[in-house]
This record gives sequence, structure tokens and C-alpha cells, in this order.
Amino acid sequence: MLDRDEDILKAAEDWQKAGHGVALATVVETWGSAPRPAGSSLVINDDGTFLGSVSGGCVEGAVVTEAMDVIETGKPKMLEFGVADETAWNVGLSCGGTIRVFVEKVG
Amino acid sequence: MKLETLHELNAERAARRPVILVTDTESGEQRLVKAKDFAKDPLRAELEKQLRMGKSGNVEAGGKKLFLNVYAPTAKMVIVGAVHISQALTPLARSLGYDVTVVDPRTAFASPERFPDVPLIAEWPDVALPPLNIDHYTAFVALTHDPKIDDPALLHAFERDCFYIGALGSRKTHAKRGDRLRVQGAKDSDIARIHAPIGLAIGAVSPSEIAVSIMAEITAVLRLPPKEKEEAA
Repeated sequence: MLDRDEDILKAAEDWQKAGHGVALATVVETWGSAPRPAGSSLVINDDGTFLGSVSGGCVEGAVVTEAMDVIETGKPKMLEFGVADETAWNVGLSCGGTIRVFVEKVG
Repeated sequence: MKLETLHELNAERAARRPVILVTDTESGEQRLVKAKDFAKDPLRAELEKQLRMGKSGNVEAGGKKLFLNVYAPTAKMVIVGAVHISQALTPLARSLGYDVTVVDPRTAFASPERFPDVPLIAEWPDVALPPLNIDHYTAFVALTHDPKIDDPALLHAFERDCFYIGALGSRKTHAKRGDRLRVQGAKDSDIARIHAPIGLAIGAVSPSEIAVSIMAEITAVLRLPPKEKEEAA
């Protein structure tokens, strides 16, 4: 209860029905002070349009790029972001937390 | 996620029925478990716990790492009585994520000046309540202190199986209310569901403090497992 997410899953279904390739990215684990809790999601279509969030905007860009790959191959991926990452300066979380994001294709 | 799984998930969410999506994060395999099927599921203890907490999380079962994503309906609060306590309770409940509606047929009470930006219905409960689609995911609070308004409202709340039902009034007032509701067909088990006197005993005096005690009681009913809930009450 108390789920305040906007209806991005409905958008995912509509996009898929309209013939788009669609991916769903979901936060599955968080450590430290992560901006969005487990279960938060981002939906992405093959135009690069996305709705929702998995962080406070810090890593969405990288997730969208990976999602394009998942749409193409159909294979799910697990992504991890945190300050310990080599890419921290590019797509790290400024809050100092770590998150794992599961990206899967819809359909 | 398979399109049919997504479709089913959206249909359950639209119907305000809770579901949990179980994903094997290694293989990507998924299944959707509806709340009514929890009891016969091998993961029932975990599913019930996650739903009660309204939190998604990971479990290990049969050597598999599983992610349980909880989709629970947004909670509603219906407040009958546009009284002083309601003015304090409304913003408090909203800050906790509830969609709040206030109902009071007395237009002097149910005025937009007293309740800015809140859905406010200045009608009797028999007219106001049915269109609100009150369901299990609703906290129902009767605060008018007037049997003509509170009694029919409470009968409606019993029918809709609200997870929390509370009513303002002392033990004496509540005993009389029980007698009246029984005459109108309420069962003893219905009457027993009413939290009255309303709110946790925190020595609340002012309307704002009473609002805090009501909100604390609702939170306890929502989050505590059944046994601890009895102890808190």
C-alpha cells in the first residue's frame, strides 16, 4: 500500500501494443542512502523515451543506453551503480549509495 | 516480462488488488502471485510479510535468488466529519501518502475555506460514500459525533471491509453506538472492528494531537503483524 508511482507500467503496455520495443528497469537492491527504494522502475522504449526513475536522475542515462541493448537482444541484464564504480565520475550516485537494477525486455 | 504478465499486472492494479511479481534475477523467469493465492504458495510467509510492509525485496529459495516486487494499491482515507480534528488529520494523512476525502453534509463544516485543496463532499453518507468505491485499502474515520451521520457511514465501512475503522466517542458513547448499529443489522464482529475510543492512548488533548494518535493507530493496524497489533490496541 502507499504506492505513489505514476502509471508507467500502463505506458509500457501501451507502447508495446503500439509496436515499440520496450524495456523495464527495476531497482532490486539498494545499500546505503539510495534515492529510490527497491521496486522503483523506469520504462524505456526504442525511441529512447523513458518514464519513471531508478535514482534521482544520476544513472538514468546509463540505464537507458543498456536498455537499448536489452531491447535488441531480449536478454535481461543486472546493472550495478555506486561510488565504488570505475565509472563513478560519469554515472555514479552522488548520494554515496549503491543500487542494483534489473533490466528486462517487455513482450 | 511477458506481455501477458504485464497486462495481468496492470489489470490487477487497476482493480486495486495487490499482487507480487516474483523474478528469478539470474534467469529472468517470472510469475505473478495474486494476494488471494498467497495461502497456497510455497513462498507464502515471505509474500505476506512483504505485502504487509508494502516493501519489495530479495529472498533466497531453492538455491535461487528471487526478487519480490510488491504492487499494492494506494491507500485511501475517508474522513466523515469536517471537524477540527479532521483539519489536522487531513494534511497528516496526505504526508503519509493517503488519498484523503472528507465527507460532511453540514455545509457550515464542509467549507473549502476550512479544507483547502481537499476533495470535500457536502452530502449525507448514503449519497457521498457509494461513488467513492471504498475498499479494503481504505482507512475509515468517523468523527462527527452525530449518530445521524456516523452510524450510516460506519455501516457502509463494514460492508466494504476497510482495513481500519475508527470512531470518535467515549466508551459510554461507543456502547450506545453499538446498540444502535446492532438494531440496524450490524453483527457483533462488525462492532468489534471499530477502534473506539479512537486513536492510540498517548494522552492527546488538542485536535492536532488527537490526529497524531489516530494516524499512529492506523499505521499500527497497517504495518504490524496480527499478534503485535492486538498488543498495541
